[in-house]
Amino acid sequence: MNSYLRSHLKQLENEAIYVIREVAAQFDRPVLLFSGGKDSIVMAHLARKAFHPGKIPFPFMHVDTGHNFPETLAFRDTLMEKLEVQLIVGYVQDSIDTGRVVEETGPNASRNGLQTVTLLDSLAEHKFEAALGGARRDEEKARAKERFFSHRDVFGQWDPKNQRPELWNLYNGRKLPNEHFRVFPLSNWTELDVWQYIYEEEIELPSLYFSHQREVIKRDGTLLAVTDVVKPQPGELVETKIVRFRTIGDMTCTGAVESRASNMEEIIQEIASARITERGGRADDKRSEAAMEDRKRQGYF
Amino acid sequence: MMTNQKAAIPEEKVEPMEEVSRPGVKAGVDLLRFTTAGSVDDGKSTLIGRLLYDSKAIFEDQLEAVERASETRGDEHVDLALLMDGLRAEREQKITIDVAYRYFATPKRKFIIADTPGHIQYTRNMVTGASTAELAIILIDARKGVVTQSRRHGFLATLLQIPHLVVAINKMDLVDYKQDVYNQIMADYKAFASKLSVQDIVFIPISALHGDNVVEKSLNMTWYDGPTLLHHLEHVNVGASRNLVDFRFPIQYVIRPNQDFRGFAGQVASGRIAVGEEVVALPSGLQSKVKSIVTYDSEPEEAIIGDSIVITLEDEIDISRGDMIVRTRNLPQKSNQIDATLCWMSETPMNPQGTYWLQHTSRQVKALISELNYKIDVDTMHREPTEALTLNEIGRVQLTTTQPIFYDRYQINRNSGSFVLIDPFTNNTVAAGMIRGQSRQVSDLVDSEEKADTSTGRKKSSDVVWETTGVSREMREEQNKHKAAVLWFTGLSGSGKSTVAKKVEQFLFERGVRTMFLDGDNVRHGLNGDLGFTEQDRQENIRRVAEVARLGFEHGNLVLCSFISPFQSDRDFARSLLPEGRFFEVFVKCDIEVCKRRDPKGLYARALKGEIKNFTGISSPYEEPVNPEIVFETDLHSTEEIVAQILSILEKREILL
Repeated sequence: MNSYLRSHLKQLENEAIYVIREVAAQFDRPVLLFSGGKDSIVMAHLARKAFHPGKIPFPFMHVDTGHNFPETLAFRDTLMEKLEVQLIVGYVQDSIDTGRVVEETGPNASRNGLQTVTLLDSLAEHKFEAALGGARRDEEKARAKERFFSHRDVFGQWDPKNQRPELWNLYNGRKLPNEHFRVFPLSNWTELDVWQYIYEEEIELPSLYFSHQREVIKRDGTLLAVTDVVKPQPGELVETKIVRFRTIGDMTCTGAVESRASNMEEIIQEIASARITERGGRADDKRSEAAMEDRKRQGYF
Repeated sequence: MMTNQKAAIPEEKVEPMEEVSRPGVKAGVDLLRFTTAGSVDDGKSTLIGRLLYDSKAIFEDQLEAVERASETRGDEHVDLALLMDGLRAEREQKITIDVAYRYFATPKRKFIIADTPGHIQYTRNMVTGASTAELAIILIDARKGVVTQSRRHGFLATLLQIPHLVVAINKMDLVDYKQDVYNQIMADYKAFASKLSVQDIVFIPISALHGDNVVEKSLNMTWYDGPTLLHHLEHVNVGASRNLVDFRFPIQYVIRPNQDFRGFAGQVASGRIAVGEEVVALPSGLQSKVKSIVTYDSEPEEAIIGDSIVITLEDEIDISRGDMIVRTRNLPQKSNQIDATLCWMSETPMNPQGTYWLQHTSRQVKALISELNYKIDVDTMHREPTEALTLNEIGRVQLTTTQPIFYDRYQINRNSGSFVLIDPFTNNTVAAGMIRGQSRQVSDLVDSEEKADTSTGRKKSSDVVWETTGVSREMREEQNKHKAAVLWFTGLSGSGKSTVAKKVEQFLFERGVRTMFLDGDNVRHGLNGDLGFTEQDRQENIRRVAEVARLGFEHGNLVLCSFISPFQSDRDFARSLLPEGRFFEVFVKCDIEVCKRRDPKGLYARALKGEIKNFTGISSPYEEPVNPEIVFETDLHSTEEIVAQILSILEKREILL
């Protein structure tokens, strides 16, 4: 093979490392947002590469809803120790206790939506100027236009009408006091790129991603793990299934999939074929005429 | 291998998963970034939808939704444009139309599409999308032919130096797939493109709606024997346009974990570097050697353009962010007077008296616009005087920076030749800039060029002043009735450089043009008699010749130089000595096998036997000109034809009046 060619994963890695270094160089107080999910684990891996043989020169921050899988937290703590980085945890519970947010109630209550307040409060408290995240442009249509360096105003808000043009690899991180940036080094990666990269780089993942036995209930078509915060309601059947998680977040809303994929190769194979039915397979998610009507009213067609 | 394209294959067609079970094996899968230019009416959304659909990168549920929508509307075919409907919604909601990035992959390549919408803010969007693209697809509606917008797209694509252009002539179904329609559009566009410096242009007749020649060969256009669009995208040579010659390493960040390690982190902007090579840090000018190239995975012996690496040096040199490490013998230009093309990207017009931040590689300096020369009408390419640039306008400016920057012309190096301007009050990115060279006023020519530049290693006296005799070049040109210029013939030994150059000189002489002729043999007798053929000596040889050519030029001559001059950096040095439009790089192209057969001086024979070392084409590389003003192939055309072509170009460029 020609030594002047680089695989697409290598090119994506080079680009991500470049962006991470720009953040460390352009901002006095950057932070890496770490959720414990695969994308943020890849981010941690890239940050380590970017500053090798030095240490990662910024802390990580985890917004903890209090409803995390114990496996995620254990994995997180081991990784932080290995990377020798400082971990800052923002607790949603604190936001609830101080009355910054009001918790939802009922069996379907989730703290997912409350995270934003905790995140912004934590960023402000530590005066962070740039927060690195693992979001990708292929995740949804609206993100297809997101910048690598995404500017946020003093309220932490994103103004899609006022994003800076980004040309070549010149990233403009100049800002006014109290404004901040979200930076997305994985912008050009697709979901499959992430998995292939994890495989090639032999990056360790929490055991939740691999198939295991677990007690689950089916709620609104989603398989939820039975835990302290997800308890079976009358009429819900607790079943023991072989499952794994494709994404990892708050236990109240992270669905499991039935799967026997127990290693990376099997997972990649599964992802490759599962993508057919990822969205289309769920009975409740068939687009109704009403949904189509909504779209029309929004001016789609 | 790529597995995601398998993802969307309807289940019954799923191929054996053999490749998928070995996901790590995918050497050879590379990346092409391309941009699409055209308005909705040209069928751009349909084309992108078709590419994603036919390359099976669409999720089944997305497709179902589109199929339903098409059915509901009573469409005869699935309207693939609906896949891109995000944009339509936004347009109606009046959100700024912006560049959207989309992704798909085939077993051969991963693709990143910078999809630039065609209407409002077109220039700004296309410039943004084009800045990282290696290929541009320009869509032309077969019914309408070449329209103003098609020309604008071509102009912007070449302005941004996108190396590969594809003109997709769409809606062939609506002109009954007629070959003469295709031929006519191709001829029209070629005639226009001859005015641009397009390196590679391909014409493909397609119907995005029906899929003809997008992924599958069209059965309706059997007269077309070229590649389908996807085939072309999969096979176009992506590496060819990278600058692998001029090593430029802007420092992003210094890594210093302990007293014993001091590494300079950055991404190689261009060229390549190996352990042990001599380098110089700019602006300090301090020299050292590369001790190691460090990455997390390994310590490679060599790194190339695009690699994110850490470099350590043999000596302790103070280097920080914004500095640049380069090879001792291949230096960028250095100046605080920059001649540039600017594309204005902000709703706030340029303040011609204002100061801006100029971000160039990893360096930020203050810059002010010392002169706004003209703006360019992107539709007609005419130059017009103007007071200030406004949103979507392109113009030529002279900038003065507080500290010098180290740059190359954008034409030869996209990374070290590009910059953005930032408004110091709003912090917005307001303009994109492409460097043409150093600002040239007669007074500057004296100062900046002749001052000692310690970093170059060339000993120049800072006291030397350009001696004007009182008879200026302009006066000589007036009397001579032609302009002064330098024609620099470059090519392999035996390619026919001197043959053609001599013939051109003879014609010029007969027309009364004042000429001067320099070639390898005549300068090596005397002026350069002390030089051998090492790389260093060859470089010095060219440097002296370039300086002599410049003297001849300043005296009103049309100087013909005929030198193998295999290295782009040397030819660029010669170019850097002359004003814009007066240096003609003439690439004398000839197949090396033909050169060997010709072998007028028996040199190839000796080189092949190993009797001559460092012989270009045999034991030493020849770097083909990146963007020559004139190219011709002596093995395909007669000397007479070529001479006529050169003379006509000199007339067109108003050197000969």
